[in-house]
Amino acid sequence: MSELDHGKYPEDRILSLKEKLICRDLQILTLQSILGEPHHYSYPSVFVYGHTATGKTYVTETLLKTLKFPHVIVNCVECFSSRMLFEQILNQLQGHSLSFKNEYTSCLQSNTFNEFVLLYKQLVHKQNLHNQTVYIVLDKAERLREMDSNLLPGFLRFQELAEENATVIFLSEIVWEKFRPGTGCFEPLILHFPDYNKADLQKILSQDHPPEFSADFYATYINILLGVFYPVCRDLKELRHLAALNFPKFCEPVQRGDAKEEDTRRLWRNIEPHLKKAMETVYLREISSSQWERLQQEDKEGEHLKGLSIHAHVELPFYSKFLLIAAYLSSYNPARTDKRFFSKYHGKIKKTSFLKKHEKTSNHLLGPKPFPLDRLLAIFYSIVDCRVTPTANIFSQITSLVALQLLTHVGHDDQLNGPKYKCTTSLDFITAVARTVNFDIVRYLYDFL
Amino acid sequence: MATSSVSRGCFVFKPKDSKKRKIPVAADFFNKGDAISESDRLQFSTYESLWQQMKEETERFQDNLNEKIFDSLLSFIKNSHIHLNSKVNDWSYRMRCSEIPTAAVVLGVNVPDHEMTFQRFSDLVKQSLTPHVVCLHGKECTTVKQVLQKVLMHLLGGTVNDEEAEEEDMHHSTPLSQRRIHCSMASLPGWYKAITQTSGSGSPSKKRKSCAVEKEQAPPIVIIFKDLETFLPEVLQNFITICSNYIQQLPLVLVFGIATSPITIHRMLPHAVSSLLCIELFQSLSCSDHLTTVIDKLVLTTKFPFKLSGKVLQVLIVIFLYHDFSVRNFVKGFQLSLLEHFYSQPLSLLCCSLDEANGRIRNLAHGDCERIRQVPSFMRYVDCQDSEKQIELLTNDQYLKDDVQKLLKDLHIYHENYFPVLKCLHVFTSSLPKYPLGKQIRELYVTCLERNVWETEEYSSAFQLLGMMANNELVSLLQKCIDVLKSSKQQKPLTDIRQKLEEFLSKFQKLDDIAPEMHDKEGDENNKTSPEKSLQKKTDLYELQKTLMEMKKSRRSKKLSRFEALRMEVLEFMDKLVRQYLLPPETQPLHEVIYFSGASTIRRHLNATPRTALQTALSKPYNYLQNEALRSEGETITNTAPDICIVYKLHLECGRLINLYDWLQAFVTVVSASEGQDPDKPSKGQVDQVLHARFIRAVSELEFLGFIKPTKQKTDHVARLTWGGF
Repeated sequence: MSELDHGKYPEDRILSLKEKLICRDLQILTLQSILGEPHHYSYPSVFVYGHTATGKTYVTETLLKTLKFPHVIVNCVECFSSRMLFEQILNQLQGHSLSFKNEYTSCLQSNTFNEFVLLYKQLVHKQNLHNQTVYIVLDKAERLREMDSNLLPGFLRFQELAEENATVIFLSEIVWEKFRPGTGCFEPLILHFPDYNKADLQKILSQDHPPEFSADFYATYINILLGVFYPVCRDLKELRHLAALNFPKFCEPVQRGDAKEEDTRRLWRNIEPHLKKAMETVYLREISSSQWERLQQEDKEGEHLKGLSIHAHVELPFYSKFLLIAAYLSSYNPARTDKRFFSKYHGKIKKTSFLKKHEKTSNHLLGPKPFPLDRLLAIFYSIVDCRVTPTANIFSQITSLVALQLLTHVGHDDQLNGPKYKCTTSLDFITAVARTVNFDIVRYLYDFL
Repeated sequence: MATSSVSRGCFVFKPKDSKKRKIPVAADFFNKGDAISESDRLQFSTYESLWQQMKEETERFQDNLNEKIFDSLLSFIKNSHIHLNSKVNDWSYRMRCSEIPTAAVVLGVNVPDHEMTFQRFSDLVKQSLTPHVVCLHGKECTTVKQVLQKVLMHLLGGTVNDEEAEEEDMHHSTPLSQRRIHCSMASLPGWYKAITQTSGSGSPSKKRKSCAVEKEQAPPIVIIFKDLETFLPEVLQNFITICSNYIQQLPLVLVFGIATSPITIHRMLPHAVSSLLCIELFQSLSCSDHLTTVIDKLVLTTKFPFKLSGKVLQVLIVIFLYHDFSVRNFVKGFQLSLLEHFYSQPLSLLCCSLDEANGRIRNLAHGDCERIRQVPSFMRYVDCQDSEKQIELLTNDQYLKDDVQKLLKDLHIYHENYFPVLKCLHVFTSSLPKYPLGKQIRELYVTCLERNVWETEEYSSAFQLLGMMANNELVSLLQKCIDVLKSSKQQKPLTDIRQKLEEFLSKFQKLDDIAPEMHDKEGDENNKTSPEKSLQKKTDLYELQKTLMEMKKSRRSKKLSRFEALRMEVLEFMDKLVRQYLLPPETQPLHEVIYFSGASTIRRHLNATPRTALQTALSKPYNYLQNEALRSEGETITNTAPDICIVYKLHLECGRLINLYDWLQAFVTVVSASEGQDPDKPSKGQVDQVLHARFIRAVSELEFLGFIKPTKQKTDHVARLTWGGF
């Protein structure tokens, strides 16, 4: 069967392909049959989608490279304007790289799709490529949706527009349904790359074992690693990164001579708590991988490196603290309860009868609500013990809090015309702040009455 | 200006030297209405030199403060690309995702200070590691394109100029214009390759001056995000994704300046992006510690003759602690006080080093002497002298000058003793529970400046607490005090104090040896005179009370062990020191020369109240216009006031919504009454066109100032934006 399919290509190339790309046989077969032979006209556009790290880019790239098809691979995140996209394609086609000699400019400049098509045609003829299929691969194609509206339809029909033998391959993590433009749409051929299952991952990860250890030993390690990380992470890249980071710890007993390579249980007991710890720290990027490695080398279990989230405390000026507390109160208390909290003779208000139905749900579940500046200041003046003059500094502190993203400005209307804000801090944060100024914030929160 | 030409015409005179002209221009503002005198100029130059000294001092200690964090950052940047540089092809490195090394620098919320810190940092990096440093501001980078543009401009533009300077034979005369730079990261690898190759092949003598980079090690490219919070998350995410595509070819290092907390990184970047980074955290000094250093180096020192009074210092500290946490603003405030002092105080020309002051005193004119005689503290000083001396001081200029010299010297000595004693007192009080005299030395200093500290309640409670100190604590405090005194100048009274303290210390140490026998003796004494025996007799309540009181008294006087006696002695000595040396500066004659006391001016300048000013202007226009006709008493609306004031006062009487027509009617009534017109006239329904126009203008001015706004709730109404009336 495979003989029949691969018959047209030289044997050694196919072999190297099979070696490089494992667990993606079906996808490779489909792609190959779509691509056909160099001089064949291929399908105008192919849409490849699948999760992160399912081998979309890698498979396409290796396939095109090993089969020696003329191709261009462009990352749409990097080329954020259509002009850059065009120039990048033309540059790559020409083998032109930006360097000091050409003053970092592209050789051909095109601003519109029309220009691009014309230049492309010229270039293809100049490079003598017109009797082969040229492949344009657009990686992270979902970005095309946010660029000029003619780009996506244009590339979908590129073969037709250029009247050349060209195929555009879109690589994306999103399904085609989310792309479909309104007009001028040409339905591409859709190819899905499914997620790797556990066995696939095991197989792929076991492939890259370090030269000084046996493949079986490394496979055991990968098995243990997947046992810990597979429930939370199926990203191949991330798993491979984690495998590389933690492997030295795993083979430590073997190197010391405490255990043999076959002594799986012992090795497992050694590495398992370590991997669990890694899941809480390195995987979440709480501590960086270099710090993690250093920690391993020092091998001090007692010493605990603090992650990023530990440093949650923010030192603020005195009035900023109160402004933030006031903002929190006005974000999470219904405005009608202000009288009860901040005026002296409020009388008794029963929670149930006082509020409308929709206000009975906890405000902390609903999230912060916007409030006008006036209300913020009124609450601020009433919670600060001493008399505060409304100085320019107080007002600029509100703006600073917005700049620090502790408050956000809601709505884009005029700043002068009664601006509205929201408080974006968490309850934990604000209680910590309130504690430093001896303010019992829970007593003032309607949800906790 | 004269010309040698005979003919008439226009001649161009170029200023001779723009730099020379500049200084007098600033100094010209240093007079008060009348022509600049020599003393004004002298005051200004004194100010300038003094400020220069202070500025240098500030920069020096700020560098020292930041040294630690800078060092660790530099070594981080240096080591971040060790793998790439050494081209080690080991397995674990190859298998890992190539993360971008990132330093997260938490700097605290005092954003104004960060500018300086990063400036300093990038200079340092440029000096020691790499010429490729880019600083990015959140405000300038609202799209990925702008970020890339800035990065490329800095990197490519900067190097082209460098090459020009180094290699003239490469005729590359025009620097890359912004238009020509292809705004894509793709041009960077080419550029970087070119750079590293030229530096590798270039002769070592040429390269040596540019930077001390080792030949094998390619210099990293450092991109600094000064204020991470102000960057748009999408921009940052995209930029990082792009960077990660090039990390194999370019040794990029990112530096995030974070004002709040490192969690921000996780809040801004999703896992897909943050997994591209290798983030390490760096924490800078807290701003409060920073302020302590600033106060220690600028205020609590005899290095500079200029001093702040308690109130001014209080204002500056309050602005720091309550409002902005910004050390830069504090130093600016300090500069403003310095400027204001030299501007407003004519005697400030004596506010310089002692030798200089002596010279200046000798050259004082008669007018200046008269001015000295009128200074309150000097007048008090004169009153205390005997009558002969009084006459001499008030009439003989030469005698006065000699005396002023002496007084200034006394003042100087007063300060030299003041600060060490203050520090000693702080050593004692700062270890007490609940800090009765303040935790920081600045609090203690402000108290000492404002009043006799020994008369305050806090002082006595502090000494009560000190009276209960244990032996070892006291010994360590004494040791610290001795260290403080050692570090200050070695002069007569201070060395005496130190000796005395050392004596105490040795006594305490001896105490331990004697202690056991002492205890026995005490025990004997207690047995001999035991008042408890009297208790066994039957007594009435009154007697019992009396005996108990006596017992208490006797116990207190008797039970003084040697340690307690010594402790008492030490405390008495400290108390004596405080009373002798920590007199408030107001008691010193001629303190006005060096103490700046314009707290209200400083407050007005640094902590402005725009709203209050606006309301004062609108409700009491006399305050600003100083026109006698506007002087009004009470809350009546004067008709002579500007239109906007009338409209403002009328609107205060309204509720949340104001009917424009009623408002107009009221306005017309007020104004026409003022103009002596018949008040019945408007009732015809016809409003004078001019009055109408004036009213509309006033209302729109009020809207512009933010007091009212148009509303959709009711037609021909406007909404009030302020609460309450007067």
